[in-house]
Amino acid sequence: MSKRVLEVENLTVDIPVGSGMLHAVQGISFHVDQGETLCIVGESGCGKSLTSLAVMDLLPKKAIRTADKLALEGEDMLGAGERRMSDIRGNTMGMIFQEPMTSLNPAYTIGNQMEEALKRHRKVSTREARDRAIYLLEKVGITAAESRLTQYPHQLSGGLRQRVMIAMTLMCGPNLIIADEPTTALDVTIQAQILLLLAELQREFNMGLILITHDLGVVARIADRVAVMYAGQVVEEGTADQVFNRPTHPYTQGLLDCIPIPGKTERNKPLGSIPGIVPSLVGPFHSCHFAERCTYAMDACTQGDIDMRDAEETGHQYRCLLDPDACRANAVRKGVA
Amino acid sequence: MTDTVISAKDVTRTFMISAGAFRGKKPLHAVNGVSLDVKRGEVLALVGESGCGKTTLAKMLLGLLPTTAGTIEFGGTPVANIERLKLASLVQPIFQDPYSSLNPRKSIGSIITLPLKVQKDPDPTSWRRRAEEMMELVGLPPRLYENFPNQLSGGQRQRVAIARALINRPEVVICDEPTSALDVSVQSQILNLLQDLRHELNLTYIVISHNLAVVEHIATRVAVMYLGRIVEEKDTENLFDAPEHPYTKALLESVLTPDPSLGVPDTHLGAAYPNPVNPPSGCTFHPRCASVMGHCSDLKPATIQRPGGFVECHLYDDNEGRSRAAS
Repeated sequence: MSKRVLEVENLTVDIPVGSGMLHAVQGISFHVDQGETLCIVGESGCGKSLTSLAVMDLLPKKAIRTADKLALEGEDMLGAGERRMSDIRGNTMGMIFQEPMTSLNPAYTIGNQMEEALKRHRKVSTREARDRAIYLLEKVGITAAESRLTQYPHQLSGGLRQRVMIAMTLMCGPNLIIADEPTTALDVTIQAQILLLLAELQREFNMGLILITHDLGVVARIADRVAVMYAGQVVEEGTADQVFNRPTHPYTQGLLDCIPIPGKTERNKPLGSIPGIVPSLVGPFHSCHFAERCTYAMDACTQGDIDMRDAEETGHQYRCLLDPDACRANAVRKGVA
Repeated sequence: MTDTVISAKDVTRTFMISAGAFRGKKPLHAVNGVSLDVKRGEVLALVGESGCGKTTLAKMLLGLLPTTAGTIEFGGTPVANIERLKLASLVQPIFQDPYSSLNPRKSIGSIITLPLKVQKDPDPTSWRRRAEEMMELVGLPPRLYENFPNQLSGGQRQRVAIARALINRPEVVICDEPTSALDVSVQSQILNLLQDLRHELNLTYIVISHNLAVVEHIATRVAVMYLGRIVEEKDTENLFDAPEHPYTKALLESVLTPDPSLGVPDTHLGAAYPNPVNPPSGCTFHPRCASVMGHCSDLKPATIQRPGGFVECHLYDDNEGRSRAAS
């Protein structure tokens, strides 16, 4: 059995706002093993980015984080102080953000920034750090790596910058990488290349990877396991095959029905849609979060919290009152299973 | 009935950009000899990577940017000769980001009726009624008339942008990435709305998008742009079922369909999008092309008619092309 890299149990993030308490993340549990890719997918405002920030302890100051368990390779991160956390970040746990232009410092050369990443955490000479930077730049497919070290971020294209970001994240050989929308700002052709690179590097270095995205296409191609988030909760979790081929929760089914799929969706025919908007997460909220927009909503849906339950297969869970058979029939009717 | 609404002939747009403090300026051919006919009632999609000239071309079609060379005609009259106001009543844009394309200090009603005001519509008493009818048509509750953009969701804002574009009943609507700033569930609503309105109001769309799945779904014809040229233009069926240009093929391969049994595709394109100030010789795509041949770097490919459209690639040269290459 492969080693568990990250374990999160019952994570919540609350943010005090003018009109009360915003419950942005409401009791999320997940884990990532070595060499495994977990994708967290959801629409804007569902809490997926806050989840990743909470794991890294990079939440905005006024946000309140609680959890039953938050462990990186068995080490408890809940009690870790800021000093210990900054030892962990960029060392055992790497991060890749959406916009490489804003996450690289424009005033320093690529070489400078990459060497600093290693020197901050390890006792190494500049020479060694430089060699590792060149090695990793070549690994991420950058030609003339040595000459790139003296370049500044603005001299590189978006795709190259994201490659530099990935190389920089790998400097200390992390066991876990959290990538928040790493390809959203890139062209489709470059997106495919960066994803391929991430998947290859992850296999080679046997890292855990958490990929946060809204793009179902990306998720299907790269994920081992998928967690679908809606309004601060995980509403369905399972392997990529389970979630995409046998979607169970009405929201997952709705999402898959919304996107045009080449070769499957008929051209010029109307797409499926999810009516309504995401509910406000301010104040206490005890009902199914999706009930307002759900075609199958019943009275019971709004009379208390809904728990995760097992679908037909092991490892496949969803948060809905409908039993698996009924969900399955809905999926078939929608044409998404 | 398929008459041509917009016709562009050999349109070129060159920007002079600074090459360095003391080096003077260099020309950048953002759009380089593009010819395009848009027929009434069709949905023409422009696709390509960022920097390929899609938006520059769209701006010229809107009359927002003069052409450096070539002509654009609207219904047979050169755009340069059409009065600005008149053109605005014929062609309207919908932009990508509904958060920045709506004035935050104007109410929804005044945003939607602004085009009527600008056009000095003779019947101001009917404006409110017409705006409310338009709001209903695009799926906005008319009670939002007095509200402000910050009170609306992203999808609702994009509906406001659509209502504003349509209030003067234009013939052509140019949609620049109409759904890429929106969430998946909202994207499908907007795409369905655009389709419905097209049939209802007999509109012609020019859609600019990098999302090929969306393009395949709504377009009737697709033009693939690369470095300021249209390298392949075909009707949707022919383009998606039998892509011919190696660049089109690579683009289609990089579309990530949500199918977990497939891995991440390897497009072999290489990361380097060429510098448009200093484009490669011959066929500008040759440094990234998987089927590159000897003469691709010397000779510009000609436009070759193919089933359903045309392609610009030496792979489809007839004998004449090959003998040209040999000489």
